[in-house]
Amino acid sequence: MSTLVLLTMTGLGLGALYFLIASGLSLIFGLADVLNFAHGLFLGVGAYATWWAGRHLPFPLAVAVGVLVGVVFAVAVELVLIRPLYARPIQQVLVTVGLSAAGVALLQAAWGADPRPFAKPGWAAATTRVLGAVVPNDRFVLIGAAIAVFAGLLLFLRRTRYGLIVRAGVEDRAMVTALGIDVRKAFTLVFAIGGAAAAAAGALAGMYFGSITPGLGGSLLIFAFIVVVIGGMGSVTGCALAAVLVGLVQQFANYYAAAGVGEASVVLLLAVVLLVRPGGLTGRTA
Amino acid sequence: MSAPSTVAGAQVPAPPRFRVRRWWPVVALVLLAVVPYTTLPVPGVLPGGLNSPGSLQLLALCLLFAGFAVTYDLLFGHTGLLSFGHALYVAAGSYTANVAVTKLHWGWGPALAAAAGVGLLLPAVLGAVALRVNGIAFAMVTLAFAQVGSILVMSAHLTGGEEGLSLANVPALFAGVANTVNLYWLALAYLAVVVVLVRWAVESEPGRVWRAIGDNERRVTVLGLSPYRFRLLAYVLSAFLATAGGVVHLLLLGGSTPQITTSAFTVGLLVMTVLGGAGTRWGALLGGVLYTYLDQRLSALAGSGTVAGLPAPLRLPLSQPEFILGALFVVVVYFLPGGIAGLSRYRRRA
Repeated sequence: MSTLVLLTMTGLGLGALYFLIASGLSLIFGLADVLNFAHGLFLGVGAYATWWAGRHLPFPLAVAVGVLVGVVFAVAVELVLIRPLYARPIQQVLVTVGLSAAGVALLQAAWGADPRPFAKPGWAAATTRVLGAVVPNDRFVLIGAAIAVFAGLLLFLRRTRYGLIVRAGVEDRAMVTALGIDVRKAFTLVFAIGGAAAAAAGALAGMYFGSITPGLGGSLLIFAFIVVVIGGMGSVTGCALAAVLVGLVQQFANYYAAAGVGEASVVLLLAVVLLVRPGGLTGRTA
Repeated sequence: MSAPSTVAGAQVPAPPRFRVRRWWPVVALVLLAVVPYTTLPVPGVLPGGLNSPGSLQLLALCLLFAGFAVTYDLLFGHTGLLSFGHALYVAAGSYTANVAVTKLHWGWGPALAAAAGVGLLLPAVLGAVALRVNGIAFAMVTLAFAQVGSILVMSAHLTGGEEGLSLANVPALFAGVANTVNLYWLALAYLAVVVVLVRWAVESEPGRVWRAIGDNERRVTVLGLSPYRFRLLAYVLSAFLATAGGVVHLLLLGGSTPQITTSAFTVGLLVMTVLGGAGTRWGALLGGVLYTYLDQRLSALAGSGTVAGLPAPLRLPLSQPEFILGALFVVVVYFLPGGIAGLSRYRRRA
């Protein structure tokens, strides 16, 4: 029983991490049609900024600095590199691929390829007893952060004017433009949101894994892609569902079968979803 | 691309210049084939004399990767399929043959047959699933498949895990430094075969449908053809050629490394193709040679004393070949959309 609880909590924590990355990815793709390979770099930038700030500031403030740096970086990328290429999706993908390679290499040049130990605050390293299982507190932080971001995103999308524009833009961008609304402002906005969520994911991933490497974002990004496809592109709710599903499947299969089986089962899940519902769980056509 | 023709009959057919243009690939092939017989010193450009084992190894690597890039271009440039899982098939070729020979102690005949079988079956099954979605979703699904391959290779005991697996029984023809020249010829032969096969396929009837799918898929459907089947055909052919290249890679490096399973490997192929000019006749080949050459030489440069002596703002980026290549790639996407092959078109127009 305690193993089951611990596995569930760990799987949910992993799913929370995936959600933080995938939600931004999904919004950016849904609205702007940009498959953002640089999203892993956003995560890396956030993680290293938090790590750097964490040597001078308490942890929550360091995370705030990391998120701020992530937002600034993502907005700069959108304005300088992505915006001139709108309506050319393949070129945009290529630019984000190049940017990702160059950026990760720069991180590596500045801080080395070796893992940097990530100091986590005492309360995150402690554990809590849940139904007889000893669960590290960082899982709760991850899950709490993901729920907060999910609720915030839903509020933003459903209750605000900009959220309305974003939702309408995901449905039919040409129509929104025809109504005289400058969708490109919303593009910058979703990049800012995505950058913030990814940077937060970077900081929390550092806490979760105990160390950060320049390649951290790249390996997480692949699972975030899977979450985006399973959830249905552009849907935040689908993304949350898929993130929980993927996190749990990966964790349980890795524990009860063998290491590596978890990743394979996730991809099997992806294949099944594609065969049964090519548009993802929420049924939007990709 | 058809030859520039003006009003019919108004031009003299086949001027001499035209004939040279037509035969230069064969001339280039012959020149490349006799490279090992020349002792031309090329200081700075190559690690040693032109026919030294170090140089031949580097050139063979360039030719092999040019071949990989051409197989990738069959998907990306000619059919419009953005795949992020091409590395999987290169790895499948390398690891299947290697495991069969090294771990199962098979002969080279059965090992090659096994690699060929995997090279046909694996892309047929995975392609059948992945091609159910299009465009960006296809890119993500292929990425996911390749990632599983990568994780399995890195965690399994059979494949040697993260250390890779060195080849136990190297055929006598390719064993030892003295036989590097044979590896060079093998890589050249691979490239030639790939170029001829891809050219033949692209100009065949399915090849024209591939191009049509890339241009306007709906129209192909309206004409009563199934884009799905044609895409699958292109996918399997490209993957099979990549698998064959994986076996060449195995021989050239004397083993399999997990690096060939990673998505970074596929991204490298994508960069080569775009760098050279996707969907053009020689673009992917040129891009593959240039990228591999830069990658190898920049790595050597990064480790050299010249870079170590530079001030930090210059030293840090230069010590990372990935940074230079990534930045170069972004510049090409922005300022040279047709790649290197697009350059000559500009010149001709001017």
